Amino acid sequence: MQVPAPFEYERATSVDHAIALMERLGDEARIVAGGHSLLPMMKLRLAMPEYLIDINDLVDELQYIRFTEDEVRIGALTRHQQLLESDELAAIFPIFRDAEKVIADPVVRNKGTLGGSLCQADPSEDLSAVCDALEAKCVIRNSSGQRVVEMHDFHRGPYETAVEDGEMLTEVRIPIKPNSSSAYHKVERRAGDWAVASAGAAVTMNGDVIADGRVGLCAVGPNLTNVQPISDALRNQPPSEELYARVGEIAAANASPATDTRGTAAYKTHLAKELTIRSLRKAVARATGQEI
Amino acid sequence: MTVTEPSANQIPTPDNNLNDQKPTGFGRMLRKEDPRFVRGLGQYCDDVTLPGMLHLAILRSPYAHARIVSIDTSAAEAHPKVKAVVTGAMLAEHGLAWMPTLSNDVQAVLATDKVRFQHQEVAFVVAEDRYSARDALELIDVEYDPLDPVIDVRKALDPDAAIIRDDLEGKTDNHCFNWQTGDDAATQAVFDDAEVTVKQEMIYPRVHPAPMETCACVADLDKVSGKLTLWSTTQAPHAHRTVYALVAGLPEHKIRIIAPDIGGGFGGKVPIYPGYVCAIVASLLIGKPVKWAEDRTENLVSTGFARDYIMIGEIAASRDGKIRAVRTNVLADHGAFNGVASPVKYPAGFFGVFTGSYDLEAAFCNMDAVFTNKAPGGVAYACSFRITEAVYLVERMVDVLAYELDMDPAELRLKNLIQPEQFPYETKTGWIYDSGDYEPTMRKAMAMAGYDELRREQAEKRERGELMGIGISFFTEAVGAGPRKDMDILGLGMADGCELRIHPTGKAVVRLSVQTQGQGHETTFAQIVAEEIGIPPEDIEVFHGDTDNTPFGLGTYGSRSTPVSGAAAALVTRKVKDKAQIIASGMLEVSVADLQWDKGSFSVKGDPTKSVTIQDIAMKAHGAGDLPEGVEGGLEAQICYNPSNLTYPFGAYICVVDVDPGTAEVKVRRFIAVDDCGTQINPMIIEGQVHGGLTDGVGMALMQMINFDEDGNCLAGSLMDYLIPTAMEVPDWETGHTVTPSPHHPIGAKGIGESATVGSPPAIVNAVVDALKPFGIRHADMPLTPSRVWEAMQGNHTPPI
Repeated sequence: MQVPAPFEYERATSVDHAIALMERLGDEARIVAGGHSLLPMMKLRLAMPEYLIDINDLVDELQYIRFTEDEVRIGALTRHQQLLESDELAAIFPIFRDAEKVIADPVVRNKGTLGGSLCQADPSEDLSAVCDALEAKCVIRNSSGQRVVEMHDFHRGPYETAVEDGEMLTEVRIPIKPNSSSAYHKVERRAGDWAVASAGAAVTMNGDVIADGRVGLCAVGPNLTNVQPISDALRNQPPSEELYARVGEIAAANASPATDTRGTAAYKTHLAKELTIRSLRKAVARATGQEI
Repeated sequence: MTVTEPSANQIPTPDNNLNDQKPTGFGRMLRKEDPRFVRGLGQYCDDVTLPGMLHLAILRSPYAHARIVSIDTSAAEAHPKVKAVVTGAMLAEHGLAWMPTLSNDVQAVLATDKVRFQHQEVAFVVAEDRYSARDALELIDVEYDPLDPVIDVRKALDPDAAIIRDDLEGKTDNHCFNWQTGDDAATQAVFDDAEVTVKQEMIYPRVHPAPMETCACVADLDKVSGKLTLWSTTQAPHAHRTVYALVAGLPEHKIRIIAPDIGGGFGGKVPIYPGYVCAIVASLLIGKPVKWAEDRTENLVSTGFARDYIMIGEIAASRDGKIRAVRTNVLADHGAFNGVASPVKYPAGFFGVFTGSYDLEAAFCNMDAVFTNKAPGGVAYACSFRITEAVYLVERMVDVLAYELDMDPAELRLKNLIQPEQFPYETKTGWIYDSGDYEPTMRKAMAMAGYDELRREQAEKRERGELMGIGISFFTEAVGAGPRKDMDILGLGMADGCELRIHPTGKAVVRLSVQTQGQGHETTFAQIVAEEIGIPPEDIEVFHGDTDNTPFGLGTYGSRSTPVSGAAAALVTRKVKDKAQIIASGMLEVSVADLQWDKGSFSVKGDPTKSVTIQDIAMKAHGAGDLPEGVEGGLEAQICYNPSNLTYPFGAYICVVDVDPGTAEVKVRRFIAVDDCGTQINPMIIEGQVHGGLTDGVGMALMQMINFDEDGNCLAGSLMDYLIPTAMEVPDWETGHTVTPSPHHPIGAKGIGESATVGSPPAIVNAVVDALKPFGIRHADMPLTPSRVWEAMQGNHTPPI
């Protein structure tokens, strides 16, 4: 059994309490939610926080999927399993169910959370790519109030986010657009493995053309992919295999993967293209009612 | 009684549990051990807790090769909960710094001069609890002087390579051993006049047994009696006891090894690891029980690996597909110490069966084993002593030949199989295959697969650019070591004892020398005894894993339990039955020759109303009144069985894969496994063993490798990096069987534990390579991850080492 270094532990009774604890304890404190990234790192002694602030009791404040006219608001403590099982979410953003089906395994999904995934900011983490494709915004709270940041500003680099000491991610907001759909494709060596590479696409149709499209990529570089050239290439274009291929090339050109035991850089670059094509194809098919 | 043999894929229901036929003897019955396992009530080493027990943690080297300059333990010793900190230098004072390996090499218990692989044991801490022991490791300050590591096995023998084993007197290179088998000249002669020859380098990467339970022990040395009790994760408790006696100088009658429930061994729990010795030393030093339980990373990076062979295979054949000779040159990576758990005369295990299931004119193998700065080990992971490598070599090479001849690989195999009238068949490397009837097994697998239809489907798919592959392997295994004249571990002959005692009420206890790690001994051995003597399996207690209470034997590995201890169990039961027959003759007042045996009772021939059951006889044996002249009371016996030969199970496997042309992901769509392990004792347990082994095969073929960077850092130190296949990666296994009994085994049974691990990797790799045929690919090395398959499709295949 791998055992962590000594640490102190407190259960937060409210978001305000958790933030107050973080302000008092400083940068040696870490929030634990699902714990499926933090606890393994602590057991391997890659992380040795002095304090853990457990927010698992904050279900009322932080665990929800709420729909408004023009956006979905998801509490940071919402579990993977809830994202996977929500039919309402799948109806509007099928990309969530696509991705959640291939994130880890049921044991991890029962505990792991949306907020934890985004804050871990692992370059191979699927939900960052999903939220990137969906133009999600992140709500960050501290003792003086809250601010809302775009995914691109939220995710600053590997294991680094816009959440500062004394702050916590509380909510993710995703805009709902008509005539839209999304899809996610992942290649892994085995079920539950981190992605060798993956891609998520979201498109909004205007009649026969793609009004707006975005692609989020995962595990093909240290940072979120620059999706702007992809969006530019898709804008107001009629969907076609040629278009997907062209956009796939752009995705590949924007990828900067490293060779590791999951695969060679060349292969991951190829996957950036191949999976971009596949996810775009499926997102358009869904948006145009040809496929569910 | 009509026994309905359910097909492998029928699902038992609560009302109709096809696997629970409650036989008195052979047949399907649920496992006797499962009620405790499915309730989570197994008792493993780490469940053992003794009063005053302390905890041991091991400090390991961050370097693969470095001289130890100094070790400062003072800060660790000052930790309030630490009881002792021990270094190699302290062990050396007592002559305990080095211990023998199972291959007559030596291995450091704790490094004294230098470390020779990353994560080698350097010091240990004993503390009041597990957390404090681990915390105190961080307080030990070791100064290392890093040396050049030898990581690339191909460069290990270079003149300028660093010498790893400078502890061995006069050692001037990294050569471990050379081993040859077969006839070099005769093989060369066949190659010289062969119409076709093919040659291919292939690599069996380093893999790991990765059992669910890691290694652990609790050592308790009683200060008063001087007796050591060691609860230990061992597949071979008796052999370990003798080795501890020889190493530690403890008298053997003062050592008791208890192997409690074991969560998987796969060969990884055959060796003696430094952690066990450290725990014994600690208990001796402190006078309290000491527990050592390694964590997952320690298990993956320091305990016995498997494989790690670079093999150059060659086949000489005629143009019409008659295989004439097989030759191979092997470079074997043995890590820093030669820790292979093979019989002494077999440094390469049973690799000599690389001639496969084919009738050859000649064969030859040359092997050089070398030391590298990697963890030691060598024979582990359900490999039947290196037969996994041998079968992979020959079955991959046969497909290479089929590619060259543009011949169907099934047809090529059928053309070359050893014929039934040739058994017992002596191979060109001197192995005597006991029995076999290969073609029906192969035909059955082809029929189950619908082989011709699959080939038609493949042709259609290729037209459409889809990548479908069909892979075959036909393997012959060699399991059940000894005989003792040929096979021993550190001088201990590979024969097994067994003891059977029938209680007065007709219940029985059978004591085995072998130890189960999940194979189902408590069920199988009860069934063997039941079949012989007619006592129902539920009335037979199987006792094992405690050296004070079981007869001597060499343990469970290399699929030897049923071939060796299973034979012992059958023969000891027959011995008891012979005595029962004499007692019965007295009870029925007829001569022994006039008695007829119907499983469970003796009756008078011609008068079935006059009969006594085995339970009646047991009571008589212990009861009042006289027994026949010269017969002692009681109903029990003990024997030691020395097998006259190995048993040679075999099988035909067919794998169907689909490869995604865009992502190069491999999907194993179907897998047909027809096994022949001779007489079947419990078909359900056999299927379970086969399922597990096939899943292992998918792991090795598609995803697993213990790899290192150029500095010797192990890159597979967690199950996030070293992948274990799940139900998601495997198909619904389609199993079948044929039965060709072993002629020399008392019940005709052969081992089955490793057949599927041995036979499945080549079938899967052959299927993937077959799928890639449109790319002109003749060979690709494991692990066939999506990336490696895609690189092969681009013409960039590179060996994994």
